[in-house]
Amino acid sequence: MNHSVIVEVTLREGIADPEGATIERALPALGFEGVTEVRAGKFFRLEVDAESPDEALEKAQALAERLLSNPVIEDAVARLRPL
Amino acid sequence: MTRVGVVVFPGSNCEYDAASAASELGAEVEFVWHSTTTLSGFDALILPGGFAHGDYLRPGALARFSPVMDAVRAFAASGGPVLGICNGFQVLTEAGLLPGALQKNRGLTFLCQPTTLVVTSTTSVLTRGASLGQELVVPINHFSGSYTCDDETLAQLHANDRVVLRYRDNPNGSRDDVAGVTNEAGNVVGLMPHPERAMSTLLGSADGRVLLEGFLGVGARAHS
Repeated sequence: MNHSVIVEVTLREGIADPEGATIERALPALGFEGVTEVRAGKFFRLEVDAESPDEALEKAQALAERLLSNPVIEDAVARLRPL
Repeated sequence: MTRVGVVVFPGSNCEYDAASAASELGAEVEFVWHSTTTLSGFDALILPGGFAHGDYLRPGALARFSPVMDAVRAFAASGGPVLGICNGFQVLTEAGLLPGALQKNRGLTFLCQPTTLVVTSTTSVLTRGASLGQELVVPINHFSGSYTCDDETLAQLHANDRVVLRYRDNPNGSRDDVAGVTNEAGNVVGLMPHPERAMSTLLGSADGRVLLEGFLGVGARAHS
């Protein structure tokens, strides 16, 4: 059966994030104070055909590491999408 | 005559610049479509600039899985000279043929300007005709050209003399001013600047010649 999976890809800690930094710098100008540690990333939604939620997650995690992210600079985390 | 293959992906857009430069230097050029699975009779390969597969996901992320890449990998493994320029460099890093990765530029600005490069190693196929410390004016034209890698990789690159070109005035936030790197054997090189667009003083600079001459084996100090 199909399982809804979400994959989040973010830059690894220690890797400069120019997008996140730019967003963070823009916030005070718009009146949003006190927001720090902004990290930009990518979000994917997948329907994965698998026997069990665990198997779906495993499959999604594998494809996320092989294609959706570049492990040199990014981390990928797959999780089940709440119904 | 040196026979060079210019690998063309859907979305490549500098293949004619590369081909023009190579043929001006006396090489015979053949375009190789990305779905090609065998490469034979080539003395060198160039992966040109552009937006392979639209740069979807990340620059080079999908091009890495193009059918031709297995043949490129085999060619590189057999010691064949491989040059990745701009998007071609991004493809080579994604494919694991070169270490590190290219990120969005510091400041999130697309940069299209001449840069001054310093030759920091002459052990690669691209820089073997140049002199250590030589300064070369070569244009850049990229959004994701900020070189990054972890501490261990950077230490290895330095220990083995594999950072071949550095920016004199870092334009994009590249780690340690890295503009170009080579693999352990020195036969695979990637750089963000465009030497094929620095072929004539009339058009700004002819400093790309010494690099491409070395790469194509026509430089004065080219290896046998």
